[in-house]
Amino acid sequence: MINSLLWTPLAFGLLGLFLPKRYSGWWATLGAAVTLGIAIALLAGFDSGAGLQDTVDVSWIPGLGVDYSLGLDGLNVFLVVLTALLWLGGTAFAAFREQERPHLFFLMMLLAETATLGAFVAQDLLLFVLFFDLMLIPFYFLFGAWGTDREDGPTAAAATLKMLVYTLVGSLLMLVGAIATAIIASQDGGHHLTFSIAELAKHPIAAGSQRWIFWFFAAAFLVKMPAFLLHGWMPDAYRAAPLPVLAIFSGVLAKVGAYGFLRVVLPLFPSATVQFQEVVLVIALASILYGSVMAFTQTNVRLVGGYSSVAQLGFITAGIFALRADGADGAVLQMVNHGLVVAPLFIIVALLAERSGSEDLREMGGMAMRAPVLAALFLIVTLATLAMPGSANFIGEFYILNGLFQAKIVYAFIAISGVAMSAYYALRLYQRTMHNRRPDTIPSREIGLRDGLVLAPLVLCIVGLALYPQLILHRTDPAVQRSVAATKGPPAQAQLAATGLKPTYNVANRPVGGEGR
Amino acid sequence: MTFHAPVMDYGALSPLIALTAGVCFVLLLPLLGRGRGSSRIAIQTSTALTLLTLATTAGLLIWHWNDPVELVSGALRLDDLAISISLIAIAAAAFTVLLSIREPAAEQAGGGEYHALLLGSVLGMTLLAQAQNLVTFFVAIETLSIPLYILCATNLRREQSLESGLKYLIVGSLGSATLLYGMAFLYGGSGSTDFVGIAAGIGHAGLLSDPLVLVGIGMVAVGLAFKTSIAPFHQWTPDVYEGAPTPITSFMAVATKAAAFAVFVRFFDVALAPEAGDWQPALAVLAAATIVIGNVGALGQDSLKRLLGYSGVAQAGYILGGLVVASEAGVNALVFYLAGYLFMNLAAFSVVVARERETSFGDDIRAVRGLGRERPLLAWPLTISMLALAGMPATVGFIGKLYLIEALVEGDYTWLAVFIAVGSMISLAYYLRVVAAMWMRPGGESASATPAIAGASPEADPIDPEAGRRWYLVAPALLAAAGVIFFGIIPQPLVEFAQHAGAALF
Repeated sequence: MINSLLWTPLAFGLLGLFLPKRYSGWWATLGAAVTLGIAIALLAGFDSGAGLQDTVDVSWIPGLGVDYSLGLDGLNVFLVVLTALLWLGGTAFAAFREQERPHLFFLMMLLAETATLGAFVAQDLLLFVLFFDLMLIPFYFLFGAWGTDREDGPTAAAATLKMLVYTLVGSLLMLVGAIATAIIASQDGGHHLTFSIAELAKHPIAAGSQRWIFWFFAAAFLVKMPAFLLHGWMPDAYRAAPLPVLAIFSGVLAKVGAYGFLRVVLPLFPSATVQFQEVVLVIALASILYGSVMAFTQTNVRLVGGYSSVAQLGFITAGIFALRADGADGAVLQMVNHGLVVAPLFIIVALLAERSGSEDLREMGGMAMRAPVLAALFLIVTLATLAMPGSANFIGEFYILNGLFQAKIVYAFIAISGVAMSAYYALRLYQRTMHNRRPDTIPSREIGLRDGLVLAPLVLCIVGLALYPQLILHRTDPAVQRSVAATKGPPAQAQLAATGLKPTYNVANRPVGGEGR
Repeated sequence: MTFHAPVMDYGALSPLIALTAGVCFVLLLPLLGRGRGSSRIAIQTSTALTLLTLATTAGLLIWHWNDPVELVSGALRLDDLAISISLIAIAAAAFTVLLSIREPAAEQAGGGEYHALLLGSVLGMTLLAQAQNLVTFFVAIETLSIPLYILCATNLRREQSLESGLKYLIVGSLGSATLLYGMAFLYGGSGSTDFVGIAAGIGHAGLLSDPLVLVGIGMVAVGLAFKTSIAPFHQWTPDVYEGAPTPITSFMAVATKAAAFAVFVRFFDVALAPEAGDWQPALAVLAAATIVIGNVGALGQDSLKRLLGYSGVAQAGYILGGLVVASEAGVNALVFYLAGYLFMNLAAFSVVVARERETSFGDDIRAVRGLGRERPLLAWPLTISMLALAGMPATVGFIGKLYLIEALVEGDYTWLAVFIAVGSMISLAYYLRVVAAMWMRPGGESASATPAIAGASPEADPIDPEAGRRWYLVAPALLAAAGVIFFGIIPQPLVEFAQHAGAALF
């Protein structure tokens, strides 16, 4: 089952090459729909009490100790569904429009889906790294070959190259880190080489090695998100990307980074995680503040979306690095929420850009006039983005902040300002595009039936989750507990004590010593 | 003193005998026909004969798989390392023969000569991979090099080709001289020419206490670094690669590198194995420098052959990493990477050859612009090859790097593994430039109509507008690209192949 989930998109993509050009979009949509069906079936059969399930584990390269090992648990099951859902939306949206070289476009779309699903379901560290890197190749082509060249900036090819180099800096170091982890573990434990995440998590490696390997992984994940200071690729790439692809990219790929922290970093490098908790929290807070401020100063609608993602991912990172179950629960919920919010946002941006012929906020306005349905859908998305009480985003942020308050109260206070700022940029985006005076040149058109078919289900999911967030929280909690527990367990603390790096704060958040500061 | 003639194991020598016989036949048979060997039939005959010889030799080598024997009193050793490296060289030669069909250089050089020289070089490589004695080592490296000096200059009507041949001759001779000089020191210091004897001769003295041996080893290493284009002895590589006829460039890039690395490994891991701790840091620094210099040099190259030349330097740095750790895993990784490199590089060179003949841009990057739309069957192999050389997943390049990094981390050279990662990152900038030229809209650089660059004078290289559809160019490209993907997804057969090679030494 999980195998078919993973390979269905690619199989459809390859078969699509043999179909006439005008059908390739529909064929790809069918492929994405089948994948979503499989994902939902897996979710229906998901047993929240059991640990890893639907596992596949075969030896792939025995000479190098690499296994082909997949599995679902609470951490990834909803991300898988989210991936399949957004891909269906993005593919369908692209299929409704004329694409240049459609064969290649849809092959790349579906290859990207397989790679992303692979990164989510991989249970072997090296397989994870492989899929993590593989995701980039199709997006490189999609951004570069179907993107828009800017007149006053880099071409699409240059922008996407920048993105690729940035992201690969992290992920190639991650490859070294992954190999080092497995080899050090096998040398310490005296057993044969294995990359199985579960096996490696049983006996974390020495704290000294954890410290540098932690940063190799963190670099990869933080660039992917992107976090503050590592986001340099984002503005150019976001402006170059074709919008249906960007909707998926922004909705899913950033989550792979956050997911990586929960899946790999916390269980495998617990003592380094505890040690560097505050460093990552500072980065997360900087992302929240910087992303929010940038989001309400930008005039390009894509960049408003892009920078708001930086801020949201900052929240998610902060939730994970609260190192408490409620914070991480909120982070997982928020990953799904953010994906559900940002993908429709970019699809709406595409619709607005089609109507106004521009992606500049200053040249838009008044589009709600004759498009009440579009406006209503957009309003729901906007309210969810700013985490209005009643939306699932509110619950996600509440959990995150709750965790953060109990772990590090100072950080929580700063993070709260991000909530306020998100209201500003989200409402500004809505107001400037939908209300205001309408420039004469812009037609106010209602959303078409086909685009409505793409957008409405995504918005319905937002509403559905707002009504019943327990759907996610209930299923993810046990897995999140396990992931976070690694950093609480006696080994992590004992290792830290052995290296003389005790946590600087005790439970009451009071400094207890000066060593680590 | 009585002299015992060595026992000749003709069975195990048969690959060498077959190659030698092949050289003679290919050289002489076309002369029997009319027109003194320059006619098309003569060239076709020699092409067919060359392929036949290569196939026979490969068969004879496989016959000895997993059955190591010492030959000629231990001067040669036919083990799985030798066989695997020879097979790589033979495969590269076979690709080269296909790419040479209708190659102006092959036609100008006369029917049999071009192919005979190629086979002669393969003979040198097969010998070198087996060499276990300073004398056979040197004889083999000269047998390998001298035909290549000539082959580089076979495109008689192109100045760059002649320049390339001369340059290679001078630099190569310098390398050989250094090598020979170093061997003399080594013999003086250890009292033996045999690798095993050398190990015993310097075993108790230690490397650092004996300046004679130390100088000898240093010079041998420099000589080998010349042949494998390890920085800072790589400067000839881009020039020679650019000037030589492209099929020959592809042969040099893959086969010479493989053979030279085979003896590099055998020399350091057999003759100098006891002193590994002394030479490892030196080679590690060389490898790191090579990775940086090669990758930085390739940035901004417009000639695809120069680009691949510098990329070859960088890849040599990665491969050297497998030698640095002096372990079985290291040799495995090295052989695996060389085998993968065969596929990756030949896919790229096949496309370069095709575009060189098809367009007036020669090997300039403009020759591949818009290739994705125009010739997808050529664009895909080049794309796959570039992604693989950059180490992207689902290609053999990724698994190769994984193997090397695993060996390096295991051998406590994690910092060199980080260098490989950083090098791959830099390399993306130039590999993806080629990919972008093929698939994406041209950027700021405007396409100019003036053809003459990098050795494409119209009268020397007649343009064949259908070259991109010729089976002998498309088939090698597709085959090599398929190999890259196949061994990227199912690497286990190639891993086992490489493990045999490593097991032969340790």
